[in-house]
Amino acid sequence: MGKIAPVLTVLCAIFTLWYLAAVWMNATWVYDQAARSGTTVTLAEVIPQTMAQDRPLLPPPHQVAQVLWDGVTGQAVTSKRSLVYHGYVTLRGTMMGFVLGIVLGVALAMAIVRFRVMEVSVMPWAIISQTIPIVALAPMILTVSNQIGIDNREVPKAIIAAYLSFFPVLVSMIKGLRSPDQMQLDLLSTYGASEPQTFFKLRLPASLPYFFASLKVAVAAALVGTIIGELPTGAVEGLGARMLIGSQFGEPLIMWAALFAAAILAGGLILIVGWIERLARARMGVPA
Amino acid sequence: MIWLIGSVVFWLAAWALNVRLAASGFGKTRAGQITVAALFGITLLVLWEGLVRGFAVPTVILPGPSVIGPKIVSSLPILWADFVQTVIRGALSGFAIGTVAAFVTAIAIDRSPFLQKGLLPVGNFVSALPIVGLAPVLVMWFGFDWQSKAAVVVVMVFFPLLVNMVAGLQASDRLQRDLMETYSATYTQRLLKLRLPAAMPFIFNGLKIAATLALIGAIVAEFFGSPVTGMGFRISTEVGKLALDMVWATIAVAALAGSALYGLIALIESRVTFWHPSQRK
Repeated sequence: MGKIAPVLTVLCAIFTLWYLAAVWMNATWVYDQAARSGTTVTLAEVIPQTMAQDRPLLPPPHQVAQVLWDGVTGQAVTSKRSLVYHGYVTLRGTMMGFVLGIVLGVALAMAIVRFRVMEVSVMPWAIISQTIPIVALAPMILTVSNQIGIDNREVPKAIIAAYLSFFPVLVSMIKGLRSPDQMQLDLLSTYGASEPQTFFKLRLPASLPYFFASLKVAVAAALVGTIIGELPTGAVEGLGARMLIGSQFGEPLIMWAALFAAAILAGGLILIVGWIERLARARMGVPA
Repeated sequence: MIWLIGSVVFWLAAWALNVRLAASGFGKTRAGQITVAALFGITLLVLWEGLVRGFAVPTVILPGPSVIGPKIVSSLPILWADFVQTVIRGALSGFAIGTVAAFVTAIAIDRSPFLQKGLLPVGNFVSALPIVGLAPVLVMWFGFDWQSKAAVVVVMVFFPLLVNMVAGLQASDRLQRDLMETYSATYTQRLLKLRLPAAMPFIFNGLKIAATLALIGAIVAEFFGSPVTGMGFRISTEVGKLALDMVWATIAVAALAGSALYGLIALIESRVTFWHPSQRK
């Protein structure tokens, strides 16, 4: 009760506002139509008409839900109109970028913790790399990889996703690998532990909670990166491409359905990663 | 070939110098650290140039820094117009509106624990969603000019800022709040003298995240329609024309703008939150 009631209240408020806004924004079109045909409409007639337009300025929630449902179950999964298909394309790019980002982040963190010169020379540029708006680079990454002869559209998307997702992993892993305190390090050195032994038996286990904490941020960033990678290129597959198509052909419903499919995908990924995190923490004996 | 070997030799030499600098006493000072980082950056540029020339990469694939540099200088007026359109009109105005809106909302729900409990999970969830997807919708609502870009930026920065501000307002500890109680401070006094200052590290954390989001939002929104200026517009049209030197020039400006905005916020942060442990030298 304690937690759910406030969240539900806020959600209800959002839905109410959404419906009111939908009526308000779509009503203009209804009035225009009425004025054109020379009839007048009362408010009671306007409201139902704002709920089911073909090209609404703001589709009401149930219309979005319906389009979404239609996109998921209405077609064969392999159809170009199926949101499952486009969601899968986006998910594939996200996962590739996510894994690439994790590998890059962990490897860089290991090098930075081990070699001081890496920290001083690479770390500032890693921070700067995140202040560069990746969207500016995205079309370039796509053309370059196209010209080099990578026809696969997944690769540039994955690179963009990795570019966004490696940073949270890097920052957390540096913190994590440095988290063992001096006493623990001293103990290992009294055992005469070699450097790899210290790494695998102390630093790596100590860094795992930090690692898992960063994964949630990284997976959300990877999804954003993939969608951005699908936007500026005339890509034909993926949720980002659906948004672009909806925008170019003036089909707001396609846009909204893709937007909510992306949101659901993000929510699902975050839930899964959170679940893995809890599982790993339980295995390692961290009190939940 | 000579370019390849030359750049690799330069890279090795600079790296060796960096290793020595980082290990020396000079590497511990601030100037030393900046030197090492700058040297690394220069090495990357030299390596880029060397590889482009060594492999004779055509400029329609990847122009070298020696092509991009003059292009930046020769097309300064265009770059400046794009900068004004995208960064100042789109990103900064949206950033300002979003910050004020998040601040006002945070203060408004501050007195109601019920609303906070409801809004925080929702806000946390929404800030993880790919909000850039709203860009086409907002472009449809607000038209092609900078207003729609600012709107995208407002939506993108609002939730991360709100979550950080609400968390920040709860950051003062029990003892400090009790002290205010014994002073019989009013709500406004507590807010201004204790809780807002205590919230500053969180607020700046949010502002830093929002600064990069703001530029991303402003540029993405231009992919969905824009007047004939703006960085996103420039990039997408010049890529189509295969004028990659211009694209890289715009990227350089975007990178500079992003870093400058971030740096400015970090600078203000170090002045405002000088008392925080993370800022102490």
